[in-house]
Amino acid sequence: MRLDPALRAPLLLGAFALAGALLVAGIHAYTAPRIAENERQVLLRGIHDVIPADAYDNDVLRDTVTVQDPLLGTDEPMTAYIARKQGRPAGVILPVVAPNGYSGPIRLLVGILADGRIGGVRVLAHKETPGLGDKIERSHSDWILQFTGRGLGDPPPDQWAVKRDGGAFDQFTGATISPRAVVQAVKNALLYFQANKDRLFASAAAREPQA
Amino acid sequence: MNEEYRHLVSEGLWNNNVGLVQLLGLCPLLAVTNTTVNGLGLGIATTLVLLTSNVTVSAIRRWITPEIRIPVFVLVIASAVTAIELLMAAWLYDLYRVLGIFVPLIVTNCAIIGRAESFASRRPLSEAAIDGLAMGGGFTAVLVVLGALRELIGHGTLLREAQFLFGEAASTWKVSLWPGDHGLLLAILPPGAFFGLGLLIAIKNLIDEHRARRAQTPAAAAPAAARAS
Repeated sequence: MRLDPALRAPLLLGAFALAGALLVAGIHAYTAPRIAENERQVLLRGIHDVIPADAYDNDVLRDTVTVQDPLLGTDEPMTAYIARKQGRPAGVILPVVAPNGYSGPIRLLVGILADGRIGGVRVLAHKETPGLGDKIERSHSDWILQFTGRGLGDPPPDQWAVKRDGGAFDQFTGATISPRAVVQAVKNALLYFQANKDRLFASAAAREPQA
Repeated sequence: MNEEYRHLVSEGLWNNNVGLVQLLGLCPLLAVTNTTVNGLGLGIATTLVLLTSNVTVSAIRRWITPEIRIPVFVLVIASAVTAIELLMAAWLYDLYRVLGIFVPLIVTNCAIIGRAESFASRRPLSEAAIDGLAMGGGFTAVLVVLGALRELIGHGTLLREAQFLFGEAASTWKVSLWPGDHGLLLAILPPGAFFGLGLLIAIKNLIDEHRARRAQTPAAAAPAAARAS
């Protein structure tokens, strides 16, 4: 029996669509756990860079709090991670956006210890100029390490700027805008932490019984 | 290898190269070739998609009616690209992050639907497979050479970030030609890609011209003919 050609074409097309969808669905189901684990590892690696691994002992990826504040550089709600050691607050890992990068926003991860000092800063994503502004990345230069151990009192708040603006932080030859944006964003993260410290840690403590 | 396969390979790798002659898929070609490893990674992904789509299209060519031909090709290519993207995210996660949007964008690489339409849909499976490999190989070669050229001039290195593709052991493969990580910035920026590609096309044309001239002079033609027979 031969099918009417007018019917045959749509049926064939439907069959191909179904086969394609099944193939993709199958591979998705097969790879999804592995991809989720990859994403988790990358996030965990990022967190280890900004908070020393021996500073906390909780499962930071599950001890989260949603933060939303203009000081963090965006109006969007973001996820912050709370680090605790033996139940006591040890620090917080804040996602921060520097909105005024040279070519678009720079996304940062800022680790702040409970005493207000910085555990570390890393760039998560940026579009700065290769060879100039991209020295803010750890893989390109040590520049980003100079924040480690600093706080709002060290240097004093008005010194939280690049040297060209009279501050305490180096810029790069040929690129001032990217470092300026990062310094400003880190300072704002510290200000945010200072103002919201109790709320951040309280929410983490409140969460504990459920965990 | 029989004559037809040899012809397909030389077409894909040189005479009808996707990147240098057909000038298809220029968007990923220009965008990701800032390092050798990025070029190689996207080249391999594109070759896999070309092979899969060519083989599938050739296998189903007798069932497809002309009116649904194009949507079926698009379905086949989109499925293959999504599958390869998921597999890369699972096993080559670092490279997947570097190549970013350009992996899903393989769908829009005209070279792939072009081969499906003009070649794979009319030829037997084995020829379609060889054609996919040869075309993909030619594209990969251009990506790698352009990536190496730009990396060399822009960073003064070769094979940086090889661990993204070959695992941790490869992190020592990086070759630095001079200390530091400095070079001519222009080469890594988008204009460098255009200059580099233009240069490669010019070199290819020079070689072709040179060959054609040698083939014309009788002295050179005789041994060439002897070799060919």
